[in-house]
Amino acid sequence: MAVSLPDENFTLQATGRVARRQAVSRASKWVLLGASMIGVVVLFALMVDTIVVGWSRISWSFFTSYPSRFADQAGLRSSFIGSIWILSLTIVFVVPIAIATAIWIEEFAPKTRLLEFVKLNLANLAGVPSIIYGVLGLAVFVRLFGWGSSILAGSFTLFLMILPMTVIASQEAIRQVPPSLRQGSLALGATEWQTVWYHVLPGALPGIITGVILALARAAGETAALIMIGAFTFIAFDNTSIWDSFTTMPIQVYNWTVRPQEAFRQNAAAGILVLMTVVLTFNIAAAALRERFRN
Amino acid sequence: MSEAPPTTPPTEAAPVHEGTATPRPTMSRKSVGASQRTAPDRFTPPEPPALEVRDLSVYYGKKMALSGVSMQIPVKKITALIGPSGCGKSTLLRSLNRMNDLIPGARITGAVDYHGHNLYGNSVDPVEVRRRIGMVFQKPNPFPKSIFENVAFGARVNGYKGDYNELVERSLRQAALWDEVKDDLKKSGLALSGGQQQRLCIARALAVEPEIILMDEPCSALDPIATLKIEELMRQLARDYTIVIVTHNMQQAARVSDYTGFFLAGEAAYGQLIEYGPTEEIFTTPMDPRTEDYITGRFG
Repeated sequence: MAVSLPDENFTLQATGRVARRQAVSRASKWVLLGASMIGVVVLFALMVDTIVVGWSRISWSFFTSYPSRFADQAGLRSSFIGSIWILSLTIVFVVPIAIATAIWIEEFAPKTRLLEFVKLNLANLAGVPSIIYGVLGLAVFVRLFGWGSSILAGSFTLFLMILPMTVIASQEAIRQVPPSLRQGSLALGATEWQTVWYHVLPGALPGIITGVILALARAAGETAALIMIGAFTFIAFDNTSIWDSFTTMPIQVYNWTVRPQEAFRQNAAAGILVLMTVVLTFNIAAAALRERFRN
Repeated sequence: MSEAPPTTPPTEAAPVHEGTATPRPTMSRKSVGASQRTAPDRFTPPEPPALEVRDLSVYYGKKMALSGVSMQIPVKKITALIGPSGCGKSTLLRSLNRMNDLIPGARITGAVDYHGHNLYGNSVDPVEVRRRIGMVFQKPNPFPKSIFENVAFGARVNGYKGDYNELVERSLRQAALWDEVKDDLKKSGLALSGGQQQRLCIARALAVEPEIILMDEPCSALDPIATLKIEELMRQLARDYTIVIVTHNMQQAARVSDYTGFFLAGEAAYGQLIEYGPTEEIFTTPMDPRTEDYITGRFG
Protein backbone atom coordinates (compact mmCIF):
# COMPACT_ATOMS: atom_id res chain seq x y z
CA MET A 1 0.00 0.00 0.00
CA ALA A 2 1.31 3.38 -0.95
CA VAL A 3 2.14 5.81 1.83
CA SER A 4 0.14 8.96 1.22
CA LEU A 5 2.10 12.17 1.29
CA PRO A 6 0.88 15.19 3.28
CA ASP A 7 -1.82 16.88 1.24
CA GLU A 8 -1.71 20.63 1.11
CA ASN A 9 -5.50 20.85 0.77
CA PHE A 10 -6.18 18.50 3.71
CA THR A 11 -8.02 20.23 6.57
CA LEU A 12 -9.90 19.21 9.67
CA GLN A 13 -11.73 22.53 9.89
CA ALA A 14 -15.46 22.40 9.30
CA THR A 15 -16.29 23.11 5.67
CA GLY A 16 -19.33 22.80 3.44
CA ARG A 17 -22.21 20.83 4.94
CA VAL A 18 -20.47 20.15 8.23
CA ALA A 19 -19.98 23.89 8.73
CA ARG A 20 -23.66 24.56 8.04
CA ARG A 21 -24.80 21.81 10.41
CA GLN A 22 -22.49 23.10 13.11
CA ALA A 23 -23.81 26.64 12.68
CA VAL A 24 -27.38 25.40 13.25
CA SER A 25 -26.24 23.42 16.26
CA ARG A 26 -24.48 26.42 17.82
CA ALA A 27 -27.47 28.69 17.16
CA SER A 28 -29.83 26.17 18.77
CA LYS A 29 -28.08 26.58 22.12
CA TRP A 30 -28.87 30.29 22.16
CA VAL A 31 -32.47 29.80 21.08
CA LEU A 32 -33.01 27.24 23.81
CA LEU A 33 -31.35 29.47 26.39
CA GLY A 34 -33.61 32.32 25.32
CA ALA A 35 -36.72 30.18 25.74
CA SER A 36 -35.59 29.16 29.20
CA MET A 37 -34.99 32.73 30.24
CA ILE A 38 -38.50 34.03 29.41
CA GLY A 39 -40.05 32.63 32.58
CA VAL A 40 -37.16 33.72 34.74
CA VAL A 41 -37.12 37.27 33.39
CA VAL A 42 -40.89 37.70 33.77
CA LEU A 43 -40.79 36.47 37.36
CA PHE A 44 -37.84 38.71 38.09
CA ALA A 45 -39.53 41.77 36.57
CA LEU A 46 -42.67 41.04 38.55
CA MET A 47 -40.73 40.73 41.77
CA VAL A 48 -38.83 43.95 41.17
CA ASP A 49 -42.03 45.84 40.42
CA THR A 50 -43.73 44.38 43.51
CA ILE A 51 -40.77 45.23 45.74
CA VAL A 52 -40.63 48.79 44.42
CA VAL A 53 -44.33 49.34 45.11
CA GLY A 54 -44.73 47.37 48.30
CA TRP A 55 -41.45 47.35 50.19
CA SER A 56 -42.23 50.57 52.11
CA ARG A 57 -45.31 48.91 53.64
CA ILE A 58 -43.40 45.93 55.09
CA SER A 59 -43.15 46.57 58.81
CA TRP A 60 -44.00 44.80 62.02
CA SER A 61 -47.35 46.56 62.25
CA PHE A 62 -48.27 45.25 58.78
CA PHE A 63 -48.27 41.76 60.34
CA THR A 64 -49.97 42.70 63.59
CA SER A 65 -52.79 44.84 62.23
CA TYR A 66 -56.23 43.68 61.21
CA PRO A 67 -57.65 44.84 57.89
CA SER A 68 -58.92 48.38 57.92
CA ARG A 69 -60.60 50.89 55.68
CA PHE A 70 -57.54 53.09 56.22
CA ALA A 71 -54.82 51.68 54.02
CA ASP A 72 -51.93 52.74 56.24
CA GLN A 73 -53.49 50.98 59.24
CA ALA A 74 -54.48 47.78 57.45
CA GLY A 75 -52.46 44.63 57.93
CA LEU A 76 -52.26 40.90 57.31
CA ARG A 77 -52.88 39.70 60.84
CA SER A 78 -56.23 37.93 60.43
CA SER A 79 -55.48 36.57 56.95
CA PHE A 80 -52.05 35.30 58.04
CA ILE A 81 -53.57 33.48 60.99
CA GLY A 82 -56.39 32.26 58.75
CA SER A 83 -53.86 30.84 56.27
CA ILE A 84 -52.01 29.03 59.05
CA TRP A 85 -55.25 27.48 60.33
CA ILE A 86 -56.37 26.45 56.86
CA LEU A 87 -53.01 24.97 55.85
CA SER A 88 -52.51 23.13 59.16
CA LEU A 89 -55.91 21.52 58.97
CA THR A 90 -55.40 20.68 55.30
CA ILE A 91 -52.15 18.86 56.17
CA VAL A 92 -53.94 16.89 58.87
CA PHE A 93 -56.49 15.68 56.33
CA VAL A 94 -54.35 15.23 53.27
CA VAL A 95 -51.30 13.41 54.65
CA PRO A 96 -52.96 10.26 55.99
CA ILE A 97 -55.56 10.03 53.23
CA ALA A 98 -53.09 10.61 50.39
CA ILE A 99 -50.53 8.16 51.77
CA ALA A 100 -53.20 5.55 52.43
CA THR A 101 -54.55 5.93 48.90
CA ALA A 102 -51.09 5.72 47.33
CA ILE A 103 -50.16 2.63 49.36
CA TRP A 104 -53.39 0.92 48.44
CA ILE A 105 -52.90 1.63 44.75
CA GLU A 106 -49.23 0.67 44.64
CA GLU A 107 -48.99 -2.16 47.15
CA PHE A 108 -52.31 -3.78 47.81
CA ALA A 109 -54.86 -3.16 45.08
CA PRO A 110 -55.59 -6.19 42.93
CA LYS A 111 -55.43 -5.36 39.24
CA THR A 112 -59.16 -4.95 38.82
CA ARG A 113 -61.60 -2.48 37.30
CA LEU A 114 -61.89 -0.79 40.69
CA LEU A 115 -58.18 0.07 40.61
CA GLU A 116 -58.48 1.43 37.08
CA PHE A 117 -61.51 3.45 38.15
CA VAL A 118 -59.69 4.98 41.12
CA LYS A 119 -56.61 5.81 39.03
CA LEU A 120 -58.67 7.36 36.26
CA ASN A 121 -60.57 9.47 38.78
CA LEU A 122 -57.38 10.72 40.41
CA ALA A 123 -55.91 11.67 37.06
CA ASN A 124 -59.10 13.54 36.17
CA LEU A 125 -59.41 15.24 39.55
CA ALA A 126 -55.86 16.56 39.20
CA GLY A 127 -56.99 18.53 36.17
CA VAL A 128 -60.19 19.99 37.59
CA PRO A 129 -60.06 23.83 37.89
CA SER A 130 -59.97 25.05 41.48
CA ILE A 131 -63.17 27.07 41.10
CA ILE A 132 -65.02 23.77 40.61
CA TYR A 133 -63.70 22.59 43.95
CA GLY A 134 -65.00 25.85 45.35
CA VAL A 135 -68.48 25.15 43.98
CA LEU A 136 -68.33 21.65 45.41
CA GLY A 137 -67.17 22.96 48.79
CA LEU A 138 -69.98 25.51 48.81
CA ALA A 139 -72.65 22.96 47.92
CA VAL A 140 -71.46 20.12 50.13
CA PHE A 141 -69.50 21.45 53.11
CA VAL A 142 -70.98 24.93 53.53
CA ARG A 143 -74.61 24.20 52.69
CA LEU A 144 -75.32 20.44 52.84
CA PHE A 145 -73.20 19.71 55.91
CA GLY A 146 -74.11 23.08 57.37
CA TRP A 147 -70.54 23.96 58.28
CA GLY A 148 -70.96 27.52 57.00
CA SER A 149 -68.03 29.49 55.60
CA SER A 150 -65.82 28.00 58.28
CA ILE A 151 -62.16 27.00 58.48
CA LEU A 152 -63.30 23.38 58.45
CA ALA A 153 -65.21 23.84 55.19
CA GLY A 154 -62.24 25.72 53.68
CA SER A 155 -59.66 23.09 54.59
CA PHE A 156 -61.88 20.27 53.37
CA THR A 157 -62.19 22.04 50.04
CA LEU A 158 -58.44 22.57 49.74
CA PHE A 159 -57.83 19.00 50.96
CA LEU A 160 -59.91 17.67 48.07
CA MET A 161 -58.16 20.02 45.67
CA ILE A 162 -54.61 18.94 46.51
CA LEU A 163 -55.42 15.30 47.23
CA PRO A 164 -54.86 14.09 43.64
CA MET A 165 -51.43 15.71 43.27
CA THR A 166 -50.37 14.49 46.71
CA VAL A 167 -51.49 10.95 45.91
CA ILE A 168 -49.67 10.99 42.59
CA ALA A 169 -46.46 12.30 44.21
CA SER A 170 -46.72 9.64 46.93
CA GLN A 171 -47.27 6.91 44.35
CA GLU A 172 -44.18 8.10 42.54
CA ALA A 173 -42.18 7.97 45.78
CA ILE A 174 -43.45 4.49 46.64
CA ARG A 175 -42.53 3.20 43.20
CA GLN A 176 -38.96 4.41 43.77
CA VAL A 177 -38.51 1.93 46.63
CA PRO A 178 -36.69 -1.02 45.07
CA PRO A 179 -38.73 -4.25 44.80
CA SER A 180 -35.74 -6.16 46.18
CA LEU A 181 -36.40 -4.58 49.59
CA ARG A 182 -39.97 -5.80 49.61
CA GLN A 183 -38.86 -9.28 48.58
CA GLY A 184 -36.16 -9.35 51.24
CA SER A 185 -38.68 -8.37 53.88
CA LEU A 186 -41.38 -10.80 52.75
CA ALA A 187 -38.87 -13.65 52.50
CA LEU A 188 -38.17 -13.21 56.22
CA GLY A 189 -41.78 -13.85 57.08
CA ALA A 190 -42.88 -10.23 57.35
CA THR A 191 -46.48 -9.58 56.37
CA GLU A 192 -47.34 -7.20 53.57
CA TRP A 193 -48.31 -4.54 56.06
CA GLN A 194 -45.05 -4.96 58.03
CA THR A 195 -43.15 -4.68 54.77
CA VAL A 196 -44.95 -1.46 53.91
CA TRP A 197 -44.56 -0.02 57.41
CA TYR A 198 -40.90 -0.85 57.99
CA HIS A 199 -39.46 -0.57 54.49
CA VAL A 200 -41.68 0.98 51.85
CA LEU A 201 -42.90 3.96 53.87
CA PRO A 202 -39.51 4.97 55.31
CA GLY A 203 -38.00 4.65 51.85
CA ALA A 204 -40.75 6.70 50.24
CA LEU A 205 -41.05 9.32 52.98
CA PRO A 206 -38.68 11.97 51.53
CA GLY A 207 -40.57 11.87 48.23
CA ILE A 208 -43.90 11.96 49.99
CA ILE A 209 -42.91 14.93 52.15
CA THR A 210 -41.65 16.78 49.10
CA GLY A 211 -44.94 16.14 47.32
CA VAL A 212 -46.96 17.29 50.32
CA ILE A 213 -44.97 20.52 50.64
CA LEU A 214 -45.37 21.35 46.96
CA ALA A 215 -49.09 20.67 47.20
CA LEU A 216 -49.29 22.91 50.26
CA ALA A 217 -47.55 25.69 48.37
CA ARG A 218 -50.37 25.48 45.89
CA ALA A 219 -52.99 25.44 48.65
CA ALA A 220 -51.33 28.45 50.29
CA GLY A 221 -51.83 30.51 47.16
CA GLU A 222 -55.31 29.24 46.37
CA THR A 223 -57.85 32.03 46.07
CA ALA A 224 -60.74 31.15 43.77
CA ALA A 225 -61.98 28.05 45.60
CA LEU A 226 -61.96 29.82 48.96
CA ILE A 227 -63.67 32.94 47.67
CA MET A 228 -66.35 30.61 46.34
CA ILE A 229 -67.05 29.14 49.76
CA GLY A 230 -67.29 32.59 51.31
CA ALA A 231 -63.84 33.47 52.62
CA PHE A 232 -63.93 36.90 50.97
CA THR A 233 -64.88 38.56 54.22
CA PHE A 234 -63.78 41.19 56.65
CA ILE A 235 -62.17 39.43 59.62
CA ALA A 236 -61.04 41.60 62.51
CA PHE A 237 -60.36 38.91 65.08
CA ASP A 238 -57.91 36.04 65.63
CA ASN A 239 -59.26 32.64 64.60
CA THR A 240 -59.52 30.28 67.56
CA SER A 241 -61.72 27.47 66.30
CA ILE A 242 -62.33 25.42 63.16
CA TRP A 243 -65.89 26.79 63.10
CA ASP A 244 -64.73 30.41 62.75
CA SER A 245 -65.23 32.30 59.53
CA PHE A 246 -61.86 33.17 58.04
CA THR A 247 -59.91 34.76 55.27
CA THR A 248 -56.47 33.96 53.86
CA MET A 249 -53.52 35.94 52.57
CA PRO A 250 -54.19 35.61 48.84
CA ILE A 251 -57.78 36.64 49.41
CA GLN A 252 -56.63 39.66 51.43
CA VAL A 253 -54.31 40.60 48.59
CA TYR A 254 -57.14 40.26 46.11
CA ASN A 255 -59.30 42.35 48.39
CA TRP A 256 -56.74 45.15 48.38
CA THR A 257 -56.10 45.05 44.64
CA VAL A 258 -59.74 45.72 43.81
CA ARG A 259 -59.79 48.93 45.88
CA PRO A 260 -59.43 52.11 43.85
CA GLN A 261 -57.01 53.87 46.20
CA GLU A 262 -53.32 53.83 45.36
CA ALA A 263 -52.38 53.16 49.01
CA PHE A 264 -54.23 49.84 49.01
CA ARG A 265 -52.31 48.77 45.94
CA GLN A 266 -49.16 49.26 47.99
CA ASN A 267 -50.67 47.01 50.66
CA ALA A 268 -51.44 44.43 47.98
CA ALA A 269 -47.83 44.51 46.76
CA ALA A 270 -46.56 44.08 50.31
CA GLY A 271 -49.00 41.20 50.80
CA ILE A 272 -47.74 39.58 47.60
CA LEU A 273 -44.17 39.86 48.92
CA VAL A 274 -45.14 38.03 52.11
CA LEU A 275 -47.10 35.39 50.21
CA MET A 276 -44.28 34.86 47.71
CA THR A 277 -41.81 34.48 50.56
CA VAL A 278 -43.98 31.83 52.19
CA VAL A 279 -44.50 29.88 48.97
CA LEU A 280 -40.82 30.14 47.97
CA THR A 281 -39.85 28.91 51.44
CA PHE A 282 -42.07 25.87 50.91
CA ASN A 283 -40.50 25.17 47.54
CA ILE A 284 -36.95 25.60 48.80
CA ALA A 285 -37.70 23.34 51.78
CA ALA A 286 -39.01 20.68 49.40
CA ALA A 287 -35.94 20.93 47.17
CA ALA A 288 -33.59 20.84 50.16
CA LEU A 289 -35.32 17.76 51.57
CA ARG A 290 -35.08 16.00 48.25
CA GLU A 291 -31.37 16.79 47.96
CA ARG A 292 -30.66 15.73 51.52
CA PHE A 293 -32.32 12.34 51.24
CA ARG A 294 -30.90 11.64 47.82
CA ASN A 295 -27.45 11.22 49.35
CA MET B 1 -51.40 -12.00 45.82
CA SER B 2 -54.77 -12.77 47.18
CA GLU B 3 -55.49 -15.41 44.58
CA ALA B 4 -55.31 -18.96 45.77
CA PRO B 5 -52.74 -20.54 43.47
CA PRO B 6 -53.56 -24.24 43.70
CA THR B 7 -56.12 -25.35 41.21
CA THR B 8 -55.44 -29.04 41.60
CA PRO B 9 -56.39 -30.30 45.02
CA PRO B 10 -53.26 -31.88 46.45
CA THR B 11 -55.11 -34.85 47.90
CA GLU B 12 -56.06 -35.90 44.41
CA ALA B 13 -52.64 -35.36 42.99
CA ALA B 14 -50.95 -37.65 45.44
CA PRO B 15 -52.26 -41.09 44.46
CA VAL B 16 -51.96 -40.40 40.75
CA HIS B 17 -48.24 -39.96 40.91
CA GLU B 18 -47.45 -42.52 43.51
CA GLY B 19 -45.08 -44.98 41.97
CA THR B 20 -44.53 -42.95 38.84
CA ALA B 21 -43.29 -39.43 39.47
CA THR B 22 -41.88 -40.06 42.90
CA PRO B 23 -41.22 -43.75 43.29
CA ARG B 24 -40.20 -44.90 46.69
CA PRO B 25 -37.96 -47.82 45.92
CA THR B 26 -37.30 -50.13 48.81
CA MET B 27 -33.58 -49.91 48.20
CA SER B 28 -33.48 -46.12 48.60
CA ARG B 29 -31.60 -46.28 51.90
CA LYS B 30 -28.67 -48.10 50.37
CA SER B 31 -25.64 -46.50 48.81
CA VAL B 32 -26.03 -43.63 46.39
CA GLY B 33 -25.51 -44.96 42.92
CA ALA B 34 -26.77 -45.21 39.40
CA SER B 35 -28.54 -48.45 40.17
CA GLN B 36 -31.24 -46.48 41.97
CA ARG B 37 -32.03 -44.41 38.99
CA THR B 38 -34.42 -45.96 36.56
CA ALA B 39 -34.71 -42.82 34.46
CA PRO B 40 -32.72 -39.58 34.35
CA ASP B 41 -35.36 -37.59 36.20
CA ARG B 42 -36.49 -40.32 38.59
CA PHE B 43 -34.34 -40.27 41.63
CA THR B 44 -35.01 -40.60 45.32
CA PRO B 45 -32.24 -39.35 47.59
CA PRO B 46 -31.44 -41.69 50.49
CA GLU B 47 -32.01 -38.95 53.05
CA PRO B 48 -35.53 -38.17 54.22
CA PRO B 49 -37.06 -35.37 52.18
CA ALA B 50 -37.26 -31.85 53.57
CA LEU B 51 -39.47 -30.90 50.66
CA GLU B 52 -41.27 -33.13 48.25
CA VAL B 53 -42.24 -31.54 44.98
CA ARG B 54 -45.04 -33.41 43.29
CA ASP B 55 -45.94 -32.81 39.67
CA LEU B 56 -45.46 -29.07 40.05
CA SER B 57 -46.30 -26.83 37.12
CA VAL B 58 -46.06 -23.06 37.20
CA TYR B 59 -47.80 -20.66 34.85
CA TYR B 60 -47.27 -16.96 34.38
CA GLY B 61 -50.57 -15.87 32.96
CA LYS B 62 -51.27 -18.29 30.14
CA LYS B 63 -47.64 -19.14 29.63
CA MET B 64 -46.36 -22.31 31.23
CA ALA B 65 -42.95 -21.71 32.81
CA LEU B 66 -42.35 -25.06 34.43
CA SER B 67 -43.97 -28.38 33.68
CA GLY B 68 -44.62 -31.37 35.88
CA VAL B 69 -41.58 -31.33 38.14
CA SER B 70 -41.36 -34.04 40.78
CA MET B 71 -38.34 -34.22 43.05
CA GLN B 72 -37.43 -34.79 46.65
CA ILE B 73 -35.18 -32.24 48.31
CA PRO B 74 -33.17 -34.14 50.93
CA VAL B 75 -32.84 -32.80 54.44
CA LYS B 76 -29.58 -31.11 55.54
CA LYS B 77 -28.00 -31.46 52.11
CA ILE B 78 -27.23 -28.98 49.39
CA THR B 79 -29.31 -29.45 46.29
CA ALA B 80 -28.26 -27.46 43.25
CA LEU B 81 -30.63 -26.55 40.44
CA ILE B 82 -28.75 -25.90 37.21
CA GLY B 83 -29.65 -25.17 33.63
CA PRO B 84 -29.61 -22.38 31.05
CA SER B 85 -31.59 -19.14 31.43
CA GLY B 86 -35.33 -19.57 31.15
CA CYS B 87 -35.26 -23.22 32.13
CA GLY B 88 -37.50 -22.66 35.13
CA LYS B 89 -35.00 -23.32 37.90
CA SER B 90 -35.54 -19.97 39.60
CA THR B 91 -39.27 -20.38 39.12
CA LEU B 92 -39.07 -23.70 40.95
CA LEU B 93 -37.00 -22.16 43.73
CA ARG B 94 -39.48 -19.35 44.24
CA SER B 95 -42.31 -21.86 44.35
CA LEU B 96 -40.67 -23.55 47.33
CA ASN B 97 -41.45 -20.69 49.72
CA ARG B 98 -44.36 -19.11 47.87
CA MET B 99 -42.42 -16.10 46.66
CA ASN B 100 -44.10 -16.75 43.32
CA ASP B 101 -47.32 -15.54 44.92
CA LEU B 102 -45.91 -12.03 44.59
CA ILE B 103 -45.78 -12.19 40.81
CA PRO B 104 -49.11 -11.06 39.38
CA GLY B 105 -50.65 -13.80 37.29
CA ALA B 106 -48.49 -16.62 38.65
CA ARG B 107 -50.45 -19.85 39.06
CA ILE B 108 -49.43 -23.24 40.30
CA THR B 109 -50.68 -26.79 39.95
CA GLY B 110 -49.32 -29.80 41.77
CA ALA B 111 -48.00 -29.82 45.29
CA VAL B 112 -44.98 -29.14 47.46
CA ASP B 113 -45.10 -31.17 50.65
CA TYR B 114 -43.36 -29.92 53.75
CA HIS B 115 -43.75 -31.85 56.99
CA GLY B 116 -46.71 -33.59 55.43
CA HIS B 117 -48.48 -30.36 54.52
CA ASN B 118 -48.88 -29.07 51.01
CA LEU B 119 -47.42 -25.55 50.88
CA TYR B 120 -50.21 -24.69 48.45
CA GLY B 121 -52.97 -26.13 50.63
CA ASN B 122 -55.95 -23.91 51.32
CA SER B 123 -55.24 -23.27 54.99
CA VAL B 124 -51.53 -22.55 54.50
CA ASP B 125 -50.41 -18.98 55.18
CA PRO B 126 -47.52 -17.85 52.96
CA VAL B 127 -46.08 -15.72 55.77
CA GLU B 128 -45.76 -18.80 57.95
CA VAL B 129 -44.15 -20.68 55.05
CA ARG B 130 -41.56 -17.97 54.40
CA ARG B 131 -40.58 -17.80 58.05
CA ARG B 132 -39.61 -21.48 57.94
CA ILE B 133 -38.21 -21.53 54.43
CA GLY B 134 -35.88 -18.56 54.05
CA MET B 135 -34.46 -17.06 50.90
CA VAL B 136 -31.26 -15.36 49.79
CA PHE B 137 -31.42 -13.41 46.55
CA GLN B 138 -29.20 -12.99 43.54
CA LYS B 139 -28.30 -9.40 44.28
CA PRO B 140 -27.48 -8.70 47.92
CA ASN B 141 -30.44 -6.69 49.22
CA PRO B 142 -29.68 -5.52 52.75
CA PHE B 143 -32.18 -3.06 54.18
CA PRO B 144 -30.97 0.55 54.35
CA LYS B 145 -30.63 0.17 58.11
CA SER B 146 -27.85 -0.76 60.50
CA ILE B 147 -26.22 -4.18 60.40
CA PHE B 148 -27.83 -4.95 63.73
CA GLU B 149 -31.29 -3.99 62.53
CA ASN B 150 -30.85 -5.97 59.33
CA VAL B 151 -30.30 -9.13 61.32
CA ALA B 152 -32.88 -8.33 63.99
CA PHE B 153 -35.65 -7.40 61.55
CA GLY B 154 -36.94 -10.89 60.78
CA ALA B 155 -37.03 -11.76 64.46
CA ARG B 156 -38.76 -8.48 65.29
CA VAL B 157 -41.58 -8.91 62.82
CA ASN B 158 -42.04 -12.46 64.06
CA GLY B 159 -42.38 -11.22 67.62
CA TYR B 160 -39.17 -12.73 68.97
CA LYS B 161 -39.00 -12.12 72.72
CA GLY B 162 -35.44 -13.24 73.49
CA ASP B 163 -32.13 -11.42 73.75
CA TYR B 164 -31.56 -9.55 70.50
CA ASN B 165 -27.85 -8.93 71.13
CA GLU B 166 -27.29 -12.63 71.48
CA LEU B 167 -29.43 -13.46 68.47
CA VAL B 168 -27.62 -10.98 66.24
CA GLU B 169 -24.20 -12.22 67.35
CA ARG B 170 -25.16 -15.86 66.88
CA SER B 171 -26.59 -15.25 63.41
CA LEU B 172 -23.60 -13.17 62.29
CA ARG B 173 -21.22 -15.85 63.59
CA GLN B 174 -23.15 -18.53 61.72
CA ALA B 175 -22.84 -16.44 58.58
CA ALA B 176 -19.08 -16.01 59.17
CA LEU B 177 -19.45 -12.26 59.31
CA TRP B 178 -19.20 -11.53 63.03
CA ASP B 179 -15.45 -10.94 63.21
CA GLU B 180 -15.60 -8.45 60.36
CA VAL B 181 -18.48 -6.35 61.66
CA LYS B 182 -18.64 -6.82 65.43
CA ASP B 183 -17.32 -3.30 66.08
CA ASP B 184 -19.60 -1.63 63.51
CA LEU B 185 -23.01 -3.11 64.21
CA LYS B 186 -24.51 0.38 63.99
CA LYS B 187 -23.04 0.96 60.54
CA SER B 188 -25.39 0.79 57.59
CA GLY B 189 -25.67 -2.61 55.95
CA LEU B 190 -25.18 -0.86 52.63
CA ALA B 191 -21.68 0.25 53.66
CA LEU B 192 -20.40 -3.34 53.47
CA SER B 193 -18.75 -4.91 50.44
CA GLY B 194 -20.84 -7.04 48.10
CA GLY B 195 -19.68 -10.32 49.61
CA GLN B 196 -20.23 -9.04 53.14
CA GLN B 197 -23.68 -7.80 52.15
CA GLN B 198 -24.57 -11.24 50.89
CA ARG B 199 -23.37 -12.84 54.13
CA LEU B 200 -25.41 -10.24 56.00
CA CYS B 201 -28.44 -11.36 54.01
CA ILE B 202 -27.65 -14.95 54.95
CA ALA B 203 -27.30 -13.94 58.62
CA ARG B 204 -30.61 -12.12 58.33
CA ALA B 205 -32.25 -15.25 56.97
CA LEU B 206 -30.69 -17.42 59.70
CA ALA B 207 -31.94 -15.12 62.47
CA VAL B 208 -35.54 -16.26 61.99
CA GLU B 209 -34.33 -19.86 62.46
CA PRO B 210 -35.61 -21.41 59.26
CA GLU B 211 -35.24 -25.08 58.40
CA ILE B 212 -34.59 -24.56 54.74
CA ILE B 213 -32.65 -21.83 52.96
CA LEU B 214 -33.26 -21.16 49.29
CA MET B 215 -30.49 -19.37 47.45
CA ASP B 216 -31.12 -17.81 44.06
CA GLU B 217 -27.73 -17.46 42.36
CA PRO B 218 -26.26 -16.03 45.56
CA CYS B 219 -22.79 -15.49 44.13
CA SER B 220 -23.51 -14.22 40.65
CA ALA B 221 -22.92 -10.60 41.71
CA LEU B 222 -19.75 -11.40 43.68
CA ASP B 223 -16.06 -11.68 42.91
CA PRO B 224 -14.32 -15.10 43.10
CA ILE B 225 -12.93 -14.62 46.61
CA ALA B 226 -16.28 -13.55 48.03
CA THR B 227 -17.85 -16.45 46.13
CA LEU B 228 -15.45 -18.89 47.76
CA LYS B 229 -16.36 -17.57 51.19
CA ILE B 230 -20.07 -18.02 50.54
CA GLU B 231 -19.45 -21.53 49.27
CA GLU B 232 -17.48 -22.45 52.41
CA LEU B 233 -20.27 -20.97 54.44
CA MET B 234 -22.83 -23.06 52.60
CA ARG B 235 -20.93 -26.24 53.39
CA GLN B 236 -20.93 -25.30 57.06
CA LEU B 237 -24.60 -24.40 57.05
CA ALA B 238 -25.52 -27.70 55.44
CA ARG B 239 -24.79 -29.37 58.78
CA ASP B 240 -27.87 -27.74 60.24
CA TYR B 241 -29.94 -26.56 57.32
CA THR B 242 -31.38 -27.87 54.11
CA ILE B 243 -30.09 -25.73 51.28
CA VAL B 244 -31.39 -25.39 47.75
CA ILE B 245 -29.26 -23.30 45.42
CA VAL B 246 -29.92 -22.10 41.91
CA THR B 247 -26.72 -21.43 40.03
CA HIS B 248 -25.52 -20.65 36.54
CA ASN B 249 -22.07 -21.66 37.55
CA MET B 250 -21.57 -25.37 36.96
CA GLN B 251 -18.27 -25.47 38.81
CA GLN B 252 -20.08 -24.05 41.79
CA ALA B 253 -22.74 -26.72 41.63
CA ALA B 254 -20.04 -29.35 41.35
CA ARG B 255 -18.06 -27.89 44.25
CA VAL B 256 -20.75 -27.34 46.82
CA SER B 257 -23.78 -29.47 46.14
CA ASP B 258 -24.65 -33.01 47.15
CA TYR B 259 -27.40 -33.41 44.61
CA THR B 260 -28.00 -31.69 41.32
CA GLY B 261 -31.11 -31.23 39.24
CA PHE B 262 -30.67 -30.23 35.60
CA PHE B 263 -33.44 -28.23 33.97
CA LEU B 264 -34.02 -27.35 30.37
CA ALA B 265 -36.69 -25.54 28.43
CA GLY B 266 -37.58 -27.80 25.55
CA GLU B 267 -39.01 -26.85 22.19
CA ALA B 268 -42.34 -26.14 23.87
CA ALA B 269 -40.47 -23.39 25.80
CA TYR B 270 -41.46 -24.51 29.27
CA GLY B 271 -38.92 -25.73 31.77
CA GLN B 272 -38.64 -29.35 32.73
CA LEU B 273 -36.54 -31.40 35.09
CA ILE B 274 -34.31 -33.37 32.76
CA GLU B 275 -32.09 -35.17 35.19
CA TYR B 276 -31.71 -35.40 38.93
CA GLY B 277 -29.18 -37.31 40.96
CA PRO B 278 -26.07 -37.20 43.12
CA THR B 279 -23.90 -34.33 41.93
CA GLU B 280 -20.92 -36.53 41.20
CA GLU B 281 -22.98 -38.77 39.01
CA ILE B 282 -24.60 -35.91 37.14
CA PHE B 283 -21.20 -34.46 36.35
CA THR B 284 -19.37 -37.69 35.56
CA THR B 285 -21.92 -40.15 34.22
CA PRO B 286 -25.05 -38.29 33.20
CA MET B 287 -27.80 -40.50 31.85
CA ASP B 288 -29.38 -38.01 29.51
CA PRO B 289 -27.34 -36.79 26.53
CA ARG B 290 -28.74 -33.26 26.99
CA THR B 291 -27.27 -33.15 30.49
CA GLU B 292 -23.93 -34.21 29.12
CA ASP B 293 -24.07 -31.56 26.41
CA TYR B 294 -24.79 -28.90 28.98
CA ILE B 295 -22.18 -29.82 31.56
CA THR B 296 -19.49 -30.24 28.95
CA GLY B 297 -20.31 -26.85 27.48
CA ARG B 298 -21.42 -28.29 24.17
CA PHE B 299 -24.84 -26.84 24.70
CA GLY B 300 -25.99 -24.52 21.92
